Amino acid sequence: MTALRETWIISLAALALAFSLVAIFFATTGNSPWEVFYTLYRGAFGSWFSWQNTLVRAAPLMLTALCTVLPARVGLIVIGGEGAVVVGGLCSALVGITLQDQSPVLVITAMVLTGAITGGMWIAAVGALRYFRNVNETISSLLLNYIAIAILNFLVIGILKDPATLNNPSTHSIGEQNMIGQIGDTSIHWGLAYGIIVCVMLWILCRRSTFGFAADVVGGNIRAARLAGLPVAKVLLWCCFLGGAAAGIAGVLEVAAVHGRANSALNAGYGYAGILVAFLARQNPLAVIPYAILLGGIQASGGLLQRAHDLPDATVNVIQGIIFMVILSSEMFYGRFKWLQAKN
Amino acid sequence: MFNEKQLVLNRRLFIQGCTAAGVGACGAMSSLSAVAAAKVTMGFIYVGPRDDYGYNQAHFEGKSALAKLDWAKAVDEENVPETIEVQKTMESMINLDGAQVLFPTSFGYFDPHILAMAKRYPEITFLHCGGLWDAQKHPKNVGSYFGYIDEPVYVAGVVAGHMSKSKKLGFIAAMPIPQVLRNINSFALGARSADPSVTVTVVFTGGWSNPVKEAESANSLIDQGADVLTCHVDSPKVVVETAEKRGVFSCGYHTNASVLAPKGFLTGAEWNWSGVYTNYAQLIRDGKPIPNLIRGGLKEGVVKVSPYGSAVSPAAKEAADAVIKQFMEGNMVVYKGPIKDNTGKEVIAAGAQHAQQDIWLESMDWLAEGVVGTTK
Repeated sequence: MTALRETWIISLAALALAFSLVAIFFATTGNSPWEVFYTLYRGAFGSWFSWQNTLVRAAPLMLTALCTVLPARVGLIVIGGEGAVVVGGLCSALVGITLQDQSPVLVITAMVLTGAITGGMWIAAVGALRYFRNVNETISSLLLNYIAIAILNFLVIGILKDPATLNNPSTHSIGEQNMIGQIGDTSIHWGLAYGIIVCVMLWILCRRSTFGFAADVVGGNIRAARLAGLPVAKVLLWCCFLGGAAAGIAGVLEVAAVHGRANSALNAGYGYAGILVAFLARQNPLAVIPYAILLGGIQASGGLLQRAHDLPDATVNVIQGIIFMVILSSEMFYGRFKWLQAKN
Repeated sequence: MFNEKQLVLNRRLFIQGCTAAGVGACGAMSSLSAVAAAKVTMGFIYVGPRDDYGYNQAHFEGKSALAKLDWAKAVDEENVPETIEVQKTMESMINLDGAQVLFPTSFGYFDPHILAMAKRYPEITFLHCGGLWDAQKHPKNVGSYFGYIDEPVYVAGVVAGHMSKSKKLGFIAAMPIPQVLRNINSFALGARSADPSVTVTVVFTGGWSNPVKEAESANSLIDQGADVLTCHVDSPKVVVETAEKRGVFSCGYHTNASVLAPKGFLTGAEWNWSGVYTNYAQLIRDGKPIPNLIRGGLKEGVVKVSPYGSAVSPAAKEAADAVIKQFMEGNMVVYKGPIKDNTGKEVIAAGAQHAQQDIWLESMDWLAEGVVGTTK
């Protein structure tokens, strides 16, 4: 709790600086920054329609962000969310197709479990390579993304292809009746609930359990953790597994809530956007929720920026890039200002 | 409750729009202002950038042609992935821009995205490029349009067959799906009609936009002796530029790529979406029913052949022009037996033929004799 005030003030100041830089960028494109900001607001949060647009995009980002957050607790920088999404989505689609005719509750449960376990194993492999073989986890997780995508394309164009999906190779459908529907009358699918629940659960695990404490010790000083007798390998691999499992569930939701089948759309960049969210949230599972919504909002208004101001699509990338750089740079101000430190 | 409210609002707006359109149509002769009030609003969605020298640019050029019409308004969005994001983009264009007709142009937008939105917004028309609208399966407010682009590809093959000295052509393709295989086969059939000793080596890159692999494939094909390259990927830019740099000929695809290769560009297959989109806009403006399935080739003006490059020999031009003439007269059939596949199996018997409209061609899964490569 003591560091909370510092976190809030530095984060807000960084966001304010980032948005001023963004305003300068808008001005250089010949647009009035105020008008563009208003469009951003209108497209992201200005109406219930925009809110739904934002929340639908935020849902997968919450889960993929956790894939970077959890390993970061033990000091690993994992960027393999994309691969875990693809693997989780593909494997869960296979289970969904096989169990098609069972009751939808069973199908969905089996799919979520499959996605979580396969996605988890995928990232646990990264952790194992790091721990037992000293392979750099950032590089191995990045390269595993390409392997996952190649496996997906190979199978979807090859033996898993539904012959009816001629020009857009995909697996067979898991069946309309097995799809996860929308929340009430909204256009938001239940994936948002999965995202929020998993974030909260992992926050409790990280902050309110001995496991979370052990993870922080391992992340802080691995030798001290060993000397203290902590099961370092176990903690490290579990953190990787849980992160991968969250991203795997994001893949399941793409299949079960959006497409109904697995195809190359699984590899749509959610894993990479999640890395951004994780760093913005400073590897705190609970802070992932608002930052995923912020990023979802920026992406949701990207279309409106193009249409209303004739800005290219790359504008959204520029905004995201500026925010990312400023927030990362703001890290160096932690612990520097006395008046921000809590008085004990 | 939001959706119902939105729908009511939309319906009301839509009825207003219809009334205005009706008034506009009735009084088109007498009152200009009524026509102006009934602007046709169309939304275009691309999977890649507007300026890719390829698939997306072709659609953007089509959309830009609408800007000249003072009674039509066109909005567009680029780089929209084939996920729930495209559904949101469609909804946003409907709700925030008042789009009456949407043109989501990428193949992967169709199922499930367009189908889901068409169910939710029954009063909006969704027209999809490349899909196959099926009266039995698909909603009435959905339609699809596409062109027989393998006709100009065949013509490019004729030119390539004439111009090649090594008799080896290279084809860089995204993936072995029917649309792509048909272009490869048409190119090979065209080239081999000019010279039966020509072979076409095909390389699949595995993705629609994979510039690094496209450049590698182009270089390796040239190293193997290919002296004319063409491609079927989202953007021909990398392939055409690599060919120019290495001093070999190239044929374009999707848009006119001659500016990328002033020396070695031969010709290419292009879309002519501006005509198609203007026709659609006119139908909507006049309140006429929109056909659910539109297909056309060179004759119907949906596709065209790029102007010949400076390197093309008079003999090649003459041969290609003769083929174009046959297409324009409607008596050219590309898939006329006997045609063998590249494993030696006869796929179209002597005397049998499959005209362009034949649905059989849209499930093609073989490569013609003379093509080096496999569909697996």
